[in-house]
Order: sequence, then C-alpha cells, then structure tokens
Amino acid sequence: MRYLPLTRADRASMLETIGAPSVDALYSDVPDGALLSDPVDLPHHLGELQVEREMAKLAAKNIGTVSVPSFLGAGAYSHHVPATVDYIIQRGEFLTAYTPYQPEIAQGTLQYLFEFQTQVASITGMDVANASMWDGATSCAEAVLMACRATRRKKAVLSGGLHPHYREVTETYCQYSDTKVAGRDGHPEKQATANELDDLIDDQTACVVVQYPDVFGRIQDHTKLADACHAKGALLIVVFTEAMAFGAVKSPGSFGADIVCGEGQSIGNNLNYGGPYVGLFATTSKLVRQMPGRLCGETVDQDGKRGFVLTLSTREQHIRREKATSNICTNSGLCSLAFTVHMSLLGEDGYRGVATLNHETACKTADAIDAVAGAEVLNDSFFNEFTVKLSKPAAEVVEALVAKGVLGGVPLSRLYPNRDDLDHYLLVAATETNTDEDIADFASALKEVLA
Amino acid sequence: MSFTTHTGNRGLVLEEKLIFEQGEAGRCGVDLPKPAGIKSRLGGLDRDSDVGLPGLSEPQVVRHFTRLSQKNFGIDSGFFPLGSCTMKHNPRLNEKVARFSGLADLHPMQPESTVQGALELIDQCAHWLLVLTGMPAIAMSPASGAQGELCGMMAIRAALDARGENRRRVLVPESAHGTNPATAAACGFTVDMIPATEEGRVDLAAFEAKLGDDVAGIMLTNPNTCGLFERDVRKIADLVHAAGGYFYCDGANFNAIVGRVRPADLGIDAMHINLHKTFSTPHGGGGPGSGPVVFSDALAPFAPIPYVVKTTDGFKLVETADEKDGTKPFGRLKGFHGQMGMFIRALAYMKSHGADGLRQVSGDAVLNANYLLARLKDKLSVAFPGYCMHEALFDDRFLKDTGVSTLDLAKAIIDEGFHPMTMYFPLVVHGALLIEPTETETKESIDQFCDAVLSLVAKAQAGDAEFFKNAPYLTPRRRLDETAAARKPVLRWMPETV
Repeated sequence: MRYLPLTRADRASMLETIGAPSVDALYSDVPDGALLSDPVDLPHHLGELQVEREMAKLAAKNIGTVSVPSFLGAGAYSHHVPATVDYIIQRGEFLTAYTPYQPEIAQGTLQYLFEFQTQVASITGMDVANASMWDGATSCAEAVLMACRATRRKKAVLSGGLHPHYREVTETYCQYSDTKVAGRDGHPEKQATANELDDLIDDQTACVVVQYPDVFGRIQDHTKLADACHAKGALLIVVFTEAMAFGAVKSPGSFGADIVCGEGQSIGNNLNYGGPYVGLFATTSKLVRQMPGRLCGETVDQDGKRGFVLTLSTREQHIRREKATSNICTNSGLCSLAFTVHMSLLGEDGYRGVATLNHETACKTADAIDAVAGAEVLNDSFFNEFTVKLSKPAAEVVEALVAKGVLGGVPLSRLYPNRDDLDHYLLVAATETNTDEDIADFASALKEVLA
Repeated sequence: MSFTTHTGNRGLVLEEKLIFEQGEAGRCGVDLPKPAGIKSRLGGLDRDSDVGLPGLSEPQVVRHFTRLSQKNFGIDSGFFPLGSCTMKHNPRLNEKVARFSGLADLHPMQPESTVQGALELIDQCAHWLLVLTGMPAIAMSPASGAQGELCGMMAIRAALDARGENRRRVLVPESAHGTNPATAAACGFTVDMIPATEEGRVDLAAFEAKLGDDVAGIMLTNPNTCGLFERDVRKIADLVHAAGGYFYCDGANFNAIVGRVRPADLGIDAMHINLHKTFSTPHGGGGPGSGPVVFSDALAPFAPIPYVVKTTDGFKLVETADEKDGTKPFGRLKGFHGQMGMFIRALAYMKSHGADGLRQVSGDAVLNANYLLARLKDKLSVAFPGYCMHEALFDDRFLKDTGVSTLDLAKAIIDEGFHPMTMYFPLVVHGALLIEPTETETKESIDQFCDAVLSLVAKAQAGDAEFFKNAPYLTPRRRLDETAAARKPVLRWMPETV
C-alpha cells in the first residue's frame, strides 16, 4: 500500500525489539470476540488512477456552477478565486501543519492569523476579531452564547431577516442552556422597520441579532436598533452571509454593533457544496475576554524579535474544561489562510472594486428579471442578491430552468420548508462571475418558463 | 559561527513584515474590468470611508506567503509525533479530487436533481464509516470533533427528554480531552470526574459507585488518552446501560483500531470520528476538520438535520425536522450540509486503502508506537505498564533532579528537526509526554527520533540544564513571551498614529 512504508522485514524486527509475537498480541486488551480476524466487508485497496476515476464518475453526475449560468446565493456565493490562493494553501508547510501550539516553528501560521484578524476587524469596522469559527451559522450561535455570558442574561431576540439556517443553529445551541430565543418571522414583502423589534427588547434581553444585508437581500441602517439595545443593556449582534458586501456598504461597526459575525466563504473559498467554510467573528476590545475560539497575539521572543502566539487561552476548553467560553477546538485554519491570501491580493482597490462589480452585475440582473412578465423584483435596496416574486411556484420554476441549462436562484421554500406563504418567491444572487450573456440566458429562460 | 546580517535575514530564513507594513496605495493583485457607473441601490448606505487594506501586487503576495510558509513545520517537513492528534501523511490525490469541477463548484442550495453525484458521495462515505464502526446510523454534518461531541451529547439529551427523564450528570474520566467537559456543559449537563487506576484506565469501582438515576451517561475516549485500550469497556457499557444512561465514545483515537475493532461490538451509543485524524484530511494549521457521529438504534431517531436518504427516485436530502418518518431530530448544527470537502478527501483515502489497507493502518500505527515505546522505555519513565495502542505515554520522573522540564526537553527536540510530542496532556500523569508516530512513518525515522531523544536525555541527566532552558536556538523565533502577550493583548495591526 503506497502510503504505508513498513516492510515485512521491518515488522518482524520491530516485533522482536518489542518482544511481542505478533501485531495481534499488541491488542491483548481488546475483549474476547471483539478483535476481528479478517477485513470488514468493504472493497479492497485501489491504485491512485482507479480512485481518481471513481471520484470523477461521482463528479460527472453533478452540474457544477462553473459549467452553466448560475445565480445562487442564500449564504454561499460564487466568486472568482485567484490561482495564487490555491497554490499558497497547498504548500505543505501550511496544509499539513497542526494548530500552532509550538510558536517557534509555527510563525507562518501565526503571522497569517494575525493578518487575518486585522483584515476581519477592518472590513467589519470592529476592534478585534478571532482566528475563525466553523462557519457563519455557528458563529451566530456562539455570538448569542457570548452575549448571554457578557450580560448574564438568558434571552436572545432574532430578526426575521436572519438566514433560517443561522436561526436553527442558534436555537439548537440555545435549547439546552435555558436561553430563550424570541423573534419574528420575516417576509420579503414586509419591509422591516428600524424599531420593529423594540417591543421584544426588555431587561432580560442579552442580545438582538440582525442580518445585514438581510436574508432577502435588503440593506438597512441599524444605528437606531443599536441605541435601543444599549438603552436596555442588551448587545447588538450584526450577522452577515456575504463578506464581499462590506467593500460597498458601511461597516456594521459604524452602527455601534457589539459583535459582528458571519460567513467568510466568499473570499478565497470554493462553494464546496456547503463546506468547509470559515466563520468570521469580531467584537469590541471591551468584550474580547468573552470571545469564543482561538486568538493570535503579538509578542517578542527571547532575543527581543517580534513574534506571534496563541493567547488568552484561559478562555478555552483545553485549560478551562467545563467552564470554557466554548467547546471549539479545531476551527477553519486553512480556509482563513485562503481568505487572507485572497484579501491580500485584493487590497483596498480590489476589494472595493470587486464589490462594485458585484453590485453592478446584480443591478443589471435585477433589471433583466424585472422586465420578464410574471417576475417582479421586490427589493428597493440590495448588494448582490434580491428576492423575486414569481407568478408560479419558485421550486417548479427552478427545476424548469435546470432543464434549460440555468441554475436560477434559490426558492424561499427551500430555505423555509415549514412555511406555506413563501412558495412564489425566488432568491437571486449575481456576482462578478456572471457575464452579460449569463444574464440574458437567465432572463430568456425565465420568460419561457413563466409564459 | 554567529553574526548578524544587515537585513536580519539568515540565509533561507527571511524576515517578513506584515502585509499591512508593505502596502502602497495604487498597487493591486487583481485586475478588474472598469465599473459601468450604474447608480447604486444600496439603500443610501454606500461605504464612505476606507477599509484600511494594504495594496500589494501578485508577486509580493506570493513571496510574502511563501516566506511565511518557510517558518512552519508540517507533516510534509518531518516527523510530527504529536500525541492524540494523528499527524499522518496527507495524500495529494485527495486534494486533487476535492478540487474536481462538479464537486468544488457545487452550490449547497442547487436542486437535488443536479447534485445526485454529491449525495451519492456523502452516502458512500457514510456507508464506509458505518461498516467500519458496525453502527446503524450516522450524522455527517458536524464540523469537527468538538461539534461531533456536541451532536452526540445533544442526541443523548433529546433521548432523555423523550423519556421524560431529568438526568443531568455526565461521568467523564480525568484523562479526557478538554472538549469533553466543555461539551457536556454546553448541553446543560454537570460533569462528574472519574479517577484513573494505577494502570491508566477507568477505575471501575469508582465509576460504579457514581452511577445513579441522575446519570445521563459517560463520555469515554477509547483507546483512551493514555494510549491504552479500556479493557473493561464492555462492562462499563453494560453498567451505564443498566443504570439508564448512554455511552458516548470519543473516537479521536479510532486510528488505533480502525478495521480491527468495531465500536458497535463494545456497546457504545454514539461516537464521533475525526476525519482529520483517522481519515487523513489535512489539519491545515488548525482546521477545517470534520466530525461525523455514528449512533446506536437508541439514539438514531434524534440525529440532527440534514441527512441523505436513498429512495427509488434517487438520493434525497432531508432538511426539515418535520418529516413524518418517526424521527425526532434535535435540531441543526451547521449551515448547509456539513464539510463536503472533507467527505471527498476521506472517501478517496478509504477507497485507496480499502478494507485490507485500513486494517494495516491500525496495525502499523500500533506497531510503530510500541516500537518507539520499547526503544525509549529504559531511559524515559513509562507512565503505565504493558503494550500501548497508537501512542506511548511517558511522565517526567526521568527528568527528576535534572532541572529540565518536559517543556525544555520538547524545545530541544525542535532544534533536532522534529515536531515535539504532546506535552502536559493527559493531566493524569505529571509532566506528560504523549508520542504518536502514526503508521506513515518509516522505522528509520522513528529510530532517528529515538536516538535524538535518548541523546538529549543523556545530556539532561549529565546536568546541562542551562542548555535546555534556552532551547530552541535554531528556529526562526526562539521562545516567545506568552505572559506578555496575554497581559496586554495586541490582537491586530494598527496604523501608527502621529
């Protein structure tokens, strides 16, 4: 077997050094009957070529977003990832390293984490960021738990504009910690007002969670909501699913948010059918010791040279055990490297430039869709995603579009399978990867399907 | 010969500033088409200030991260015997297939009809894991080992709630990984520690004495964090079941038994599998991981959404908790459907090895660890007697009166060109050194490591403590001041203010 270097002679000589008669003898503590004498009922080993063929066959049964005009968003976005990103993250010194517990031989990982934290803090407009979480949804849940710790309160208010997966994960995380989750159902035709959640915020409220832009694509100023939260001693958590948006819109930090967290997949990471992604998590200096997850900090070495280490680990499970701020251990290291490399390539001009391109492409797409009979774009404001009201059920329309070679958005019924009032709404995203031809193909296919 | 250079660089080890200290306005590493000048529809919230990102060209970015990579030690660099972490070779084939178009470019919300290959792949990966563990059900979505634990313990909590029982105490051995108690606490349980025996295993009498009708279950790592197989594991399972509780097994050390022992045959109710350990998906400097959880029939109905089912019409993805099929999912743990990129790599790894190769994986991992144990046991102090599984545990008695600590020794090992072992874990022995060579190491590399460790031990015992206190000497950075970092945390770069 190509990955296993021991030879028969090695094994014999090693057993002799050990003083054991066989490898099976090393398993003498396994209870009677539990040690298998034969391989389990699965195929035997294959060469590289054969494995590659089997995997290619599975891949060929799918329609990839790159192969057809694709307008899917809802928390995962197709962006161009420069070739440099994939080259850097496949360098073995990054790919095959462990969590940087030995800082003398992990300065590469530690320095990029420090740069990552600085980039995340910069785009969100916050003081500090951690070294990543698993994804946007778990970041949101961890933010709520953090707000409960910081305020010593047990109630979270979730906006109806929050992505339903984020809401479900948050509810799942809160259900066994006596944290009450309140909120309203959102609707793409009912514009949320600045004070719609005010009556839910009381002296027991730890936090209010809003999404910006919201799950229907709308963009709203949350300054007044921040004030309403702070007046009651609650924290404002601003969640996002599209990290590219902050190149075009004001940062959540400018509203007075206390925690800003969400999904970083858009920058540097492939769609990967939903994972692995990278959760971003930022907050104020005041709250840093309540943060979950790993933090990288600057220090000096024995010779006085600048270096980086993991720090404030007394918050974490390996030190605090059952009193830790979170059980998180492994996070999304390599995905945060992809984010950092992509963001470094973009820089100020590239980040803001690609955000503008996204917005302009979405504006063109919205105009083309709105012109189709039976389709109405509902959003007054959006970044690169908006909701369309259709004359036919959206799930059927999407299937019919597939037959015409277009991946035409996400039906709200897919995101909200338990609601029956959202069948006719379609969530459409457009990014810099969509060409004018893609938009025209989408619009003409939609016209045929709705006719 | 020691001297300083003008640049601060030392041959191939190049000093590298932060990207924030290198940027120039006007530089950019991407080329974009000119904007069309369309009037914005951003609700009046157009960004009106700079983000504060530096501008760099592509060659600058490539050089920056290449230089950073050269300050890192990975499995590709050398021997990496970090106990409890299973740092085995990461095959590049797995990286290649994970990037195939038709896999890497799939959107999680595409219609099912367009992702039948992806759902089949998840189903295949699940099938391999189920056969290897002998268990009847699996949740694929947990993002890591720690989230897998959360998944297992939430299922236990849901099962107890369904029984209408308010059991809140979870028994956890002292030697457990820190995520175990942290996870139990996150599910609203209280943690009750079980002491270890002189032989590094669960103290069966103490365990039995702690059982009662408020016990929700036990979280037991097997093989345990001392690198030992819990030989009373079946008795533990029977006792906890008789007391009305469940058996959560931490599967972090599955590499020692994969293909040879099925956890189902040991009486477990739930176990997470770290795909980034046993199944070789890269650790990536701290993730991403993946932690699917296998379940017994008792817990299977409570598994979280989403999950894949095979029907006569092809594969379906169940994304709602209200399917009328007798299941009672405890909720959702993650956005979308789990770490697909890791399932692809793990499946390629399993297909490459096959049932025969995976059996060889565990056998060689255990053989390598016992060989290392045999080579070091006379000069170091073995924590517990007998054969070990995939990792060997020592305590620091052999360093007594030398003035050298476990940490000092580890730092000297770095200068010898190895990644050190896990230190000070598990907590049940003093100054622990936990060494896991894995099956992908040659006898030669283990011999070289053992020779180096033995020479350092001789040096420590000869009274050269000062040498160890200041190690490492040859690394890009020497020992870093962690106390200063925590006292006044600097967690980001800030522009110098005038």
